[in-house]
Amino acid sequence: MISDIKVHTATHLDDAYSWLAEYGDKGKVLAGGTDLMVYLNAKSFIAPAYLDIWRLNELRFVREDGDFIVLGAMSTYTDIIESPVIRQYAPILVDAAKTVGAAQIQNRGTIGGNIVNASPAGDTLPVFAVFDAELEIGSSRGTRTVPFNEFYTGYRKTVLKPDELLLSVRLNKKNFLNHQSFRKVGTRRAQAISKVVIAINSTTQSGKIDSIKIGIGSVAPTVIRASKTESFLLDQTINQASLSEASKLLKDDISPIDDIRSTARYRTTVASNILRRILMNLAEESR
Amino acid sequence: MKRLLDVLREDLRLTGTKEGCGEGECGACSVIIDGEVVNSCLVPVCQADQSTILTVEGLAENDRLSWLQQCFLECGGAQCGICTPGMLIAAKTILDSDACGSRSAIREGIAGNLCRCTGYTKIIDAIERAVIQNR
Repeated sequence: MISDIKVHTATHLDDAYSWLAEYGDKGKVLAGGTDLMVYLNAKSFIAPAYLDIWRLNELRFVREDGDFIVLGAMSTYTDIIESPVIRQYAPILVDAAKTVGAAQIQNRGTIGGNIVNASPAGDTLPVFAVFDAELEIGSSRGTRTVPFNEFYTGYRKTVLKPDELLLSVRLNKKNFLNHQSFRKVGTRRAQAISKVVIAINSTTQSGKIDSIKIGIGSVAPTVIRASKTESFLLDQTINQASLSEASKLLKDDISPIDDIRSTARYRTTVASNILRRILMNLAEESR
Repeated sequence: MKRLLDVLREDLRLTGTKEGCGEGECGACSVIIDGEVVNSCLVPVCQADQSTILTVEGLAENDRLSWLQQCFLECGGAQCGICTPGMLIAAKTILDSDACGSRSAIREGIAGNLCRCTGYTKIIDAIERAVIQNR
């Protein structure tokens, strides 16, 4: 029963660290609750101990720090949508946050939760992938930084140790490229889990692709970067031939499955169509 | 651990707030915590400690319906009624925000609330009327 669950409410970071050192291997961290509470309500996942970090305000901020934009792990989707700094530098992060649930979920769900929950369908994850985000992780042993693109080791698996907590996401301003696109395909615009979710971060020079990063969710056990497609597209002019080759390579980069939300075939076709459309817009804009 | 929804309904007997899906999909359990609309089925009550919570019971003043409730009544914005408390609460945040009150903004504001009668048109009419005539 949910009423049998004991929760420890962390009052500050050191308090959270000592709880994690003691119970981290069998316990679970509760942030905004928008994922975890669903499991608890369905009684499909009950851990023996819970750490509530909702009140850790020291992890709830969005700030500019020299060459970086730093987001505290407890920043909600609403915090991101309303942040002038994020709107200015990383509009696709705002786009992604707006596609999560609706107001009720956006007011409560956190980016730290989205990242640590490690769903391959997490809506903000392709955006962090194409910004080459860095994750700051802490424990009573100290802090360390892990590249976002090395954080996931498999389906719902991360490099996070039992006593560690995700503290913040660091975005280097040099990784915000001129052309940013985000597209999520779900059953409807609100309240949907993605069938395919794509972020592309790129620049062009004299009609050729100068730099391109493609992040995709819901098409593999973790969020991925489409690295074969990316390397092919470098220095290419966007035309029918390069678009066809890119679509072909994208099929090698992804490994979608049939599940309750969609089919592998649909996901492959739609991922390829979105890639084409974004690249064609890019060609248009850089003309 | 208790869900805020259960504390409201079972302990405080404020049964205006409904349970629909119990997984954050339908918005029937919407309440406003410190000015923000949330699904009370997804909020453990420990996270609502020291907060100000508005439920549908708090909309009317004494025995008078609020302007928003009056608009729902006059526009036929309620059919079976299960979504109505959540719709009113989501609509209240639209009314309190500086959103323009266009139909698309209203639709976005209630995107987290499902009406199983699919009576959205009249719900949107009611909220539009409340927003426009509030000014």
